[in-house]
Amino acid sequence: MRKLLFESVFRPPLTERAPSPDDAAVAELATALGQAARKRLGRSLSIREVDAGSCNGCELEIHALNNAYYDIERFGLRFVASPRHADVLMVTGPVTKNMRDALERTYHATPNPKWVVAVGDCARNGGCFAGSYAVVGGVSEVVPVDLHIPGCPPAPIAMLQGLLALLESADASAVKS
Amino acid sequence: MPSLIDLTLEGRKIGQYGPWPRVAVDASVWTFAASELAHGRWSLLGLWGEPATVHMAIMDEQTAEIAVVSLDCPDRTFPSVGRHHPPALRLERTINDLFGLSAHGSPDARAWLDHNRWGVRFPLGGRIDALPKAAPYRFLAAEGDGLHQIAVGPVHAGIIEPGHFRFSASGETVVRLEQRLGYVHKGIDALLAGANLARGVQLAGRVSGDSTVAYAYAFSRAAEVALGLAVPDRAAFLRALLAELERLANHLGDIGAICNDASFALMHAHCGVLRESVLRASGAAFGHRLMRDIIVPGGVSRDIGDGEAETIQITLDNIRLRFPALVELYDNTASLQDRTVDTGMLKPSLARQYAAGGYVGRASGRSFDARRTLAYPPYDSLRFDVPVLNEGDVNARIWIRIREVEQSLSLIDQILSGLPKGPTRTEVPLEREAREGMAIVEGFRGDILVWLRLRNGLIETCHMRDPSWFQWPLLEAVIENNIVADFPLCNKSFNCSYSGHDL
Repeated sequence: MRKLLFESVFRPPLTERAPSPDDAAVAELATALGQAARKRLGRSLSIREVDAGSCNGCELEIHALNNAYYDIERFGLRFVASPRHADVLMVTGPVTKNMRDALERTYHATPNPKWVVAVGDCARNGGCFAGSYAVVGGVSEVVPVDLHIPGCPPAPIAMLQGLLALLESADASAVKS
Repeated sequence: MPSLIDLTLEGRKIGQYGPWPRVAVDASVWTFAASELAHGRWSLLGLWGEPATVHMAIMDEQTAEIAVVSLDCPDRTFPSVGRHHPPALRLERTINDLFGLSAHGSPDARAWLDHNRWGVRFPLGGRIDALPKAAPYRFLAAEGDGLHQIAVGPVHAGIIEPGHFRFSASGETVVRLEQRLGYVHKGIDALLAGANLARGVQLAGRVSGDSTVAYAYAFSRAAEVALGLAVPDRAAFLRALLAELERLANHLGDIGAICNDASFALMHAHCGVLRESVLRASGAAFGHRLMRDIIVPGGVSRDIGDGEAETIQITLDNIRLRFPALVELYDNTASLQDRTVDTGMLKPSLARQYAAGGYVGRASGRSFDARRTLAYPPYDSLRFDVPVLNEGDVNARIWIRIREVEQSLSLIDQILSGLPKGPTRTEVPLEREAREGMAIVEGFRGDILVWLRLRNGLIETCHMRDPSWFQWPLLEAVIENNIVADFPLCNKSFNCSYSGHDL
């Protein structure tokens, strides 16, 4: 173990430079966020991930955000274990009817101010599962959505762009108010 | 002792999937098959429904013979297999939820996937209105002094899929765990009915995201069996390349994640880097990090050139360089071994009874690996070992993964060096009359079974059985007498799919 730790002192870090926030995501946010005040939160954001019916593909790429290449915590973004600790809900999947109630309850357990990020194509409108007897549809059918990150699944870099846009946009609105 | 062939001679032959027959049987032969399963002479591979029929896929593990027996249910009931052979119980509950065909004599008539939220009952059968009010789910009782219950989920603490776990604990020790699943049921069977093959393989690739390659592989092979289609050699090799890259990425991720659940973050960080390197190489070679929508009926939708092959080879070389140090780290960290050795023991007899596939079965003495036992191409021409251990603990499930990482590295070498030249896709013919097919493919988690019937180029009906169906119940068994704090370890060492199970 010591050897591995020692090596990491000399090897250059794997972590990549921050991507510039995605333009489309910024534009979507500017309208979505409005004047929401966020002064008291500072820059760090706690994220609670909710799988509302996904195939688990999006979860794999959300997991990747924590690896050394993307290292999401350096931006003050971290995943927390309870919605009660969260500022942001990242919701994946077409919302299934069996998960609708749990998603609503998770949303209500999250203190204000809060944002909802819908992750993946299914989270927009149900994707390829739309129309099934067991599927409600997109996340916005159940809880209000502030930002949508497309992809099947979105690559980690696309999610990072979206979340950074969320941070910047929230900061900007905090300064304005 | 009757052989599977003797059994199938008792019925009327309806279909043939390569070497595997499907026969219609009467209730007495059906019940006889159930009792043979119960006596451990055969293994249950799948049990599924149609609006007025139930099908059961069984295998003789000695001879690797496989057959499907089918029973018509004119009075909407069939003799329960689960009353003799518990691995069938959840499958029977699902058949009742979806088709309204009830298993006569079943000791467990509770709903399984149906949480009374769909607005409809028996969505694939008679379709009647849902009950006005859902009855509370009756968890099995656990009684005794000082027992308490811990209810977890469906929303869990980590970034994982939803499901409910009900623990009954005595102090720290788990007395009983009962799972309740079905939260991510998306009604995929219903979406498949009437779909064309392109949409079918798209949906198959989204049954369980971590096995997107394996599902597209199994679905495509089932369709090809139905249509009597042979794919070009190059496509067969590329499919195996995709499947081994998927296995490699998942095993690397799992090895780190299991250690992380013992709070050993260093392994997690380093394994995460190796996993990411596989995903990046896959993305560079096939245009998608998880290699989604590459395998299609008739072949593969994308070819690779020398540059892509080199990218993969460089990634492999790097893993070969870095992985042994991580294996050594795992093997020499006593505090980590203290958590994994003897934790979550799965007895070989249970693994055999449930025909548990993948690392769950192979860590408990069951050597089945569809790549070897069923030897579908190109695995019949590749050299690889199937690692098997008998200990059955978390440690053994980690070691099976470690050995399989090494085997996958070797397989990818062989595939890249022996990649045949030629086309990667063949035209899929349109067949007017009904054609059935079945295929079993080894995903990283275990064997995936797909059965389907095509008519006029469309899917009439399709069933996909995830390996998790026979692994989830075993997780309930292995956690008994372990402490609550070891549940994440046991759970991650199984890494069952919720989405693949709930479908």
